[in-house]
Amino acid sequence: MNKSNFRPWYMIPYMIWIAFFVIAPIVLIFYYSFFDITGAFTWTNYVDFFKSTYLILTINSFWYAFLITFFTLLIAYPTAYFITKTKHKQLWLLLVIVPSWINLLLKTYAFIGIMGLHGPINAFITALGFDQQQILFTDFSFVFVAVYIFIPFMILPIFNALDQLNPSYLDAAKDLGASGWTTFRKVIWPLTLNGVKSGVQVVFIPALSLFMITRLIAGNKVITLGTAIEQQFLVTQNWGMGSTIAVFLIIFMFIIMRLTATKEIGGKKHDKVK
Amino acid sequence: MKPLIQSAIAILIVGFMMLGIVWKLEQGSASGTTDSITVYNWGDYIDPDVLKQFEQETGIKVIYETFDSNEGMMGKIEQGGTNYDITAPSEYMIEMMMEKDLLLPLDHSLLPNLKNIDPYFLDLPFDPANRYSIPYFWGSLGIAFNPTLLEGQTFESWDNLWDPSLKQRVILVDSAREVVGMGLNSLHYSLNSTDPDEIQEAMDKLALLTPNVKAVIGDEVTQLMVNEEAAVALTWSGQAADMMNSNENIDYIVPEEGSNLWFDNFVIPRTAKNIEGAHAFLNFLLRPDIAAQNTDYVGYTTPNEAALELMDPEVVEDERYYPDEEMREHLEVYRNLGLKNLGIYNEYFLEFKMGLQ
Repeated sequence: MNKSNFRPWYMIPYMIWIAFFVIAPIVLIFYYSFFDITGAFTWTNYVDFFKSTYLILTINSFWYAFLITFFTLLIAYPTAYFITKTKHKQLWLLLVIVPSWINLLLKTYAFIGIMGLHGPINAFITALGFDQQQILFTDFSFVFVAVYIFIPFMILPIFNALDQLNPSYLDAAKDLGASGWTTFRKVIWPLTLNGVKSGVQVVFIPALSLFMITRLIAGNKVITLGTAIEQQFLVTQNWGMGSTIAVFLIIFMFIIMRLTATKEIGGKKHDKVK
Repeated sequence: MKPLIQSAIAILIVGFMMLGIVWKLEQGSASGTTDSITVYNWGDYIDPDVLKQFEQETGIKVIYETFDSNEGMMGKIEQGGTNYDITAPSEYMIEMMMEKDLLLPLDHSLLPNLKNIDPYFLDLPFDPANRYSIPYFWGSLGIAFNPTLLEGQTFESWDNLWDPSLKQRVILVDSAREVVGMGLNSLHYSLNSTDPDEIQEAMDKLALLTPNVKAVIGDEVTQLMVNEEAAVALTWSGQAADMMNSNENIDYIVPEEGSNLWFDNFVIPRTAKNIEGAHAFLNFLLRPDIAAQNTDYVGYTTPNEAALELMDPEVVEDERYYPDEEMREHLEVYRNLGLKNLGIYNEYFLEFKMGLQ
């Protein structure tokens, strides 16, 4: 669009949208975080957050979010790589994405059945001659289900990055005598790092505040900040403390966004890759 | 340029249309109050035939909506914009709603059938003289267990849950009052205790229970017990009744140290538009034949004494559903402890859950 054609009021619909659905909620959360349970102004919520309970919860949340992101990446990267090598890559990609069209709650309930004592996994284990295992309500089941749910979201950006990779770079690396591993380390990985970073963002951030799966799959044996927020708002009705935890989550997420920010050097890189 | 203006106008139009619809809905329901009532009740908590019968007999149309938690229900009524004529809070929630001035007093002259209720369930501490509420169903908190999955363990006392043979087998309900209350009860303290030492002692004892805890979950427990996925669960008598209906192996007991006695009650919230119709509905439900039919459908325990005579004697004599008076002596109703104490209970409960491995 030519600059002289630009009219600031084109922005109005977007401004209205952002004001109501982005800025207002965040301002409200900050506002509520300064009130205690009786509705009096207070700073104590912020002091309370640094008590051991919430610090441990924060560490817990980060640890599980890290595990979930790590295993998701571990599975998603090779999958995305092999999909780009297949003949009908769009079809394969679609097949990977399809499960994410199914309602999250439904998938989670299905796992209760699959992982249960009388479910197919245990049937298989006992058929091999081992004892029944308690799979449901463990950290393992929690991480497993969360990884399963997040995999499509990790595969998509990595697939796009790999797909845009110019194959002549790989040929060049090969011609210059690089081994397969060196090619991956020096060429493929750096050039797809932006995809990985976007993938990490879309997985790590929601994983920090997962709460439904912590109850249904982990039986509340994994407690995250999401659980604490839910409890503060719905049961204790301490909106102040709930909002304070939410404020810290926003801060954590902001930090993560900064750490995983994709660097654009004047768009040069993209021009070349495309 | 054009699409932008169009989209801006579209957002505004949609916004105004929504406002219009809300206004229209409120208008419409306000004008239609004389011949309809809106009932806001727990899910699957009334016999649909009873509603039909009421509509036939009185010509008042029943609009029926459901909720799944006391807090959610109160939130919706407090925010306004609704016109519920009747809702069904639990006892502690009645105290909270009274404090927030969300209830209308009942007109007892319009409720002659109130005489059918067992006097034991009237004039209770959470609502003296039943100014705001009438009891709908009641029950206890106890232990549901499946003997076929156990090795002869019995449950007479809360302490049985601490038995080392139950490692990783006990399911608890995801609710602070129930779990902390069980800890207090097992020490013979009141489950309404606000004494920090007593609560601390109960939490120390509950910390020793963690090796036995399989999970802390909500309503999913019914399905897990029915599928024989779990052997022992802390649960309410009503939920236990659901389990026993689907799986005959399951049994339910109330431990001897005592436990919680709960009530779901009908009240008329401030949002009511058809107060006369609401009273007619309550009086209809209190009729012995209707109460008996409804109890038979819902499967919970009715406080309606006159209805008991019309019901299956086998059910009425079952002490799990209808405990005798001696048993009732050990049961205690939750009092509203105030938001501050509720916060303390929940903080402890969060720590308890964090201690689970």
